[in-house]
Amino acid sequence: MLSGTIRRALAAIICAIASLSLCVVHAAETQTTEYALKNGLRIIVREDHRAPTVVSMLWYKAGSMDEVNGKTGVAHVLEHMMFKGTETVPAEQFSKIIANVGGRVNAFTARDATGYHEQLHKSQLPLAFRLEADRMANLKLSRDEFDKEIKVVMEERRLRTDDRPQALVHEQLMATALVAHPYRTPTVGWMSDLENMTWQDAREWYDHWYAPNNAILVVVGDVVPREVFALAEKYFGGIKKKVLPERKPQNEPPQLGTRRITVKAPAELPSLVMGYRAPILHDVDKDWEPYALEMLAGVLDGHDAARLNSDLVRRDKIAQAAGAGYESTQRGPGMFVLTGVPAVGKTIPELEQALRREVARIVSDGVSEEELKRASAQVVSSQVFQRDSIYFQAMLIGSLEIGGYSYEAMDIMIEKLKQVTAAQVQEVAKKYLIDETLTVAVLDPQPLEGRKPAAEPAAGVRHVQ
Amino acid sequence: MCNRLSQAVFAVAMCLLALPALAVLPIAHWQTANGAHVYFVESRGLPMLDVSVDFPAGSAFDTREKSGRASLTLSLLKLGAGGLSEDDIARRMADTGAQFSGRFDSDRAGMSLRSLSSPEELNPAVDVFARVLQHPDFPPGVLEREKGRIVAAIKESDTKPETILSRRFNELAYPNHPYGLRSSGEVATVSTLTRDDLADFYRRYYTSDQAVVAIMGDLDRKQAAALAEKLTADLPRSSAAPSIPDVPQPARAQMSVVPHPATQSHLLTGLPGIKRDDPDYFPLFVGNYILGGGGFESRMTTEVRTKRGLAYSAYSYFAPLLQRGPFVIGLQTRKDQAGAALEVVRATLQDFLANGPSEDELAKAKQNIVGGFPLRIDSNRKILDYLATIGFYHLPLTYIDDFVPRVEKVTLAEIRAAFARRVDPAHMVTVVVAADPAALAAAGVK
Repeated sequence: MLSGTIRRALAAIICAIASLSLCVVHAAETQTTEYALKNGLRIIVREDHRAPTVVSMLWYKAGSMDEVNGKTGVAHVLEHMMFKGTETVPAEQFSKIIANVGGRVNAFTARDATGYHEQLHKSQLPLAFRLEADRMANLKLSRDEFDKEIKVVMEERRLRTDDRPQALVHEQLMATALVAHPYRTPTVGWMSDLENMTWQDAREWYDHWYAPNNAILVVVGDVVPREVFALAEKYFGGIKKKVLPERKPQNEPPQLGTRRITVKAPAELPSLVMGYRAPILHDVDKDWEPYALEMLAGVLDGHDAARLNSDLVRRDKIAQAAGAGYESTQRGPGMFVLTGVPAVGKTIPELEQALRREVARIVSDGVSEEELKRASAQVVSSQVFQRDSIYFQAMLIGSLEIGGYSYEAMDIMIEKLKQVTAAQVQEVAKKYLIDETLTVAVLDPQPLEGRKPAAEPAAGVRHVQ
Repeated sequence: MCNRLSQAVFAVAMCLLALPALAVLPIAHWQTANGAHVYFVESRGLPMLDVSVDFPAGSAFDTREKSGRASLTLSLLKLGAGGLSEDDIARRMADTGAQFSGRFDSDRAGMSLRSLSSPEELNPAVDVFARVLQHPDFPPGVLEREKGRIVAAIKESDTKPETILSRRFNELAYPNHPYGLRSSGEVATVSTLTRDDLADFYRRYYTSDQAVVAIMGDLDRKQAAALAEKLTADLPRSSAAPSIPDVPQPARAQMSVVPHPATQSHLLTGLPGIKRDDPDYFPLFVGNYILGGGGFESRMTTEVRTKRGLAYSAYSYFAPLLQRGPFVIGLQTRKDQAGAALEVVRATLQDFLANGPSEDELAKAKQNIVGGFPLRIDSNRKILDYLATIGFYHLPLTYIDDFVPRVEKVTLAEIRAAFARRVDPAHMVTVVVAADPAALAAAGVK
C-alpha cells in the first residue's frame, strides 16, 4: 500500500521505468518514495544513482529520552547487545557477515532514537535486510554476553565523558537546565545505573520498543524503490507489530530564573556554556520562531564572517573561541546555546558580558539584510553539499521522521529559512535569550599534578529481580 | 548515461566481474604552465565542485627551533591576502556559501575549496582562493593574535591524555627526526615565530612545481585547466625539491609511563613503519586489516574488547608517509587494567608475527576490501582525496584501477614476511599515560 505522496511516488516510478536520458535531466533532483508494511514498518527510499552503493538505516523511535530513572543508558546498552546474536546468527556474526561482503556496519544511540546502518554494494541490500529483520524479532540477549559488554560500555563512558572536561560540562549543563524532561540524563547513562544494570533490563527495553511499528527504514543509494519495498515486504513483512508502552510527555515546568553551575576538571583553559530555553518546530508550515532562531544562530556563528568569531575572537580578542548553536527539529525541549573560551588574560565573567553584549546588540539594533543573506547562502549551499554523502542523506531523512516531521518537510524548511526577516530574528532574540530561562555552566580548570583521580563509585551490587 | 561518476563507478562493478581493461575512474592529469600537477575527474551528478591544492609543507619541514612554523603558515593564508583583510575574505566566502578546509599533517599542507558550480557563486570563491594561495599577506597583528591562540591551545591540549600519549610516542619513536616534532609546535617555539619566518617558509615550500591540484565535480576539462592556472600561476618557483631525512629504527624497545589523573589509561605501542611507496604496502594493508584494522573482525578488537571487555576501542594501523610513518597499536582501558590489556596486545601481536593470519582470515579480509571497494569512491569528497593522494605521493594514475587486483594478489607468505621486516618488537616503543604503576607491575609489564 503506497502511503507516500502520489506525486513523488509516480515521479519515482516514471524515472525507474524511463530511459536513462531522463535521469540526466533529473540528475540533480532527488527522488524520494515512501511505503508502509501492514505491521507498521515505514520504508523511505531516496534514489541516488551516482555510485553503485547503498546505505540501509533502520531507526527505532527509542532513545535515551524514553528511559526511566535508574535505568539510564539502557537504550545504548541494548544497541551494543544487538550485535550479540540471535537464534540463528551467533554473537559477533552480524558484523562479520556484512564485512565479508565488503560492507560497513555500525549503530548509534541518541536522545531521540537508536539507529543501525549498513553501507554496501547495492547487490548486498537483501543481506542487510535479512540480518536487520532477524535481530528486530529474534535477539537472544544472554547474561554472559551482557556481563562482558556492560564493561565495554563503562569504558566507553570513561573515554567519552568522564575523562573529557567539555563532555562533563555538557552533561552537567543538561542535568541542571532540565529538571523533569529526560533530556536531562546522558545518553550513555550515569555510571551508577550502568553498574547496576542487568541483562533483564536490556531484555525489557528490547521487548518494549523493538517492533516494526516503532521503526523507520531509510534506504539511500543506487536502488529502485519498488524493488526495495518488495525486499522489505519479504524480510520484515512477517514480523508482528507490538503494543508500545505509553510515552509520558514529562514536560518541563517553567524555569523561574538563571541557574549557574561550575564543573572542576583537569584542564588548562576555562570555558563557558550558556543555554537558553527555546521552542522547537511543531508545525512546519505555520511556525516561524524556530526558523528565526536557526537564522539567529547562523548570523552569530554560521560561517567565518559571523558575529561571534568576527567580533569576539578577531576584533576584540576577548575569546579564544566562541560559538552559537540551536536545533529546531527534535522530540524534546529546545535550547539555544552560546559557548566560549576566554582569550588568555580574559576572564569568564568578561566573556559572559561580551556574549551578553552581542545578544543585547541584536535585541536593540537587529541584524542587517546583508547578514541575513549571508546566513541564507550557507543554508542554500549546504543543501547541495550534503547530497554528496548518501549516509548523511539517510541521517537527515531519519532524524526528521523520528522528530515527527516528514522527510518532505525538508524542502519547505529551506524555503521558510530563506523567508526569515530581520525583524523576526530580532524578535526571537528578545523573547528567548533572557535571564529567566538561562542556565550557565563554567569549566573551572584544575591542574593535573597533585590530584587524585575522581574516585569511582564502588562497584554496585547487581540488582536481583 | 546519467553522469560521469555513475558511469565511472559502474565500471567498478564491471571490473569486479573480471573485465580489468576498463578504467574505474577516468583521471585526467596534466601540468600547468609553471609546473603544478593537476588531477581531474569530471562528475555532473551534483551542481558543485571541490578543488584542493597541496604542498610538501607539513610539519616534517619544521626545525626543532622553529617548530610550529609550517602549521602557522598554513593557518595564516586565509587571514589576509592580496590586499583583502581576514574579514573581507571571510565575508566574500560566506556570501557565496563556499567553504574552505585545510589539510595538515607531517608531510602535507594544503587547502581545499568546496563551492556551488554556478558562476555567480564559483567565480568570487575562486578569486578569494587564488589570492589566499598565491598572495598571503601574513598581517603582523593577526600573526600576534593567532600565536596567542595557538599557545593557549597547545597548553590546553597538553592536559589531555591522548595528546600526552602521542607526543611521548613521537619523541621516542622519532628522536632527532622532524616526524617527532609536534605539528602545532611548542609554546616556546611558536612564541618566537616572526612574520619573516612565515614568509620565508611560504616562499620555500609553497612552490608551483611542488603543488598538487586535485579537482572533482561539475566542470569540464577546459574549465578545470583554467581553474588550475588561476590557482597556481602566481605561486613562487622553487630552487630544489624539499626532502625529509631517512628515519632510523629506535635502538631498542622502550617503555614510558606518564602520570595523569584520568580514569582510563591510554596506551600506544609501535615503531616507524613504512613509506607510502613501500613494496610491502599491500601485504601490510591487508595483514593489518586482520590484526587491528578491520574493526570487529580484527584480532585486536576480538581479544581486547569482545572476549575480555577491556576497552571500547582497540586498533592498529600503518600511516605511510614520504618517509617511514608510524605503525601503532592503541587502546584505552580502566587504570587498573592497563597491565592486563598491554599483555593481551603483546600476546596478540606476538602470535600474529609468529604464525601469521590463517587462510580463512586472509580470504575474509580480501572479501571485505574488494567487496567494499565501491564504498571507497562513492562521493566527490572521497574521490578528491584519492586524487590528492595519488598526486602527492606520485602513485600511478592507475592506482585506483590496480587497487583490487593488488589486494587479490596478496599471499599469506607475503604478509608474514612483510610484518617480519617491518614490525620487530625488539624496537617497539610503548607509552602508557595515566597508568597505575602498581597495576602495571602486578601484571608483570616491564
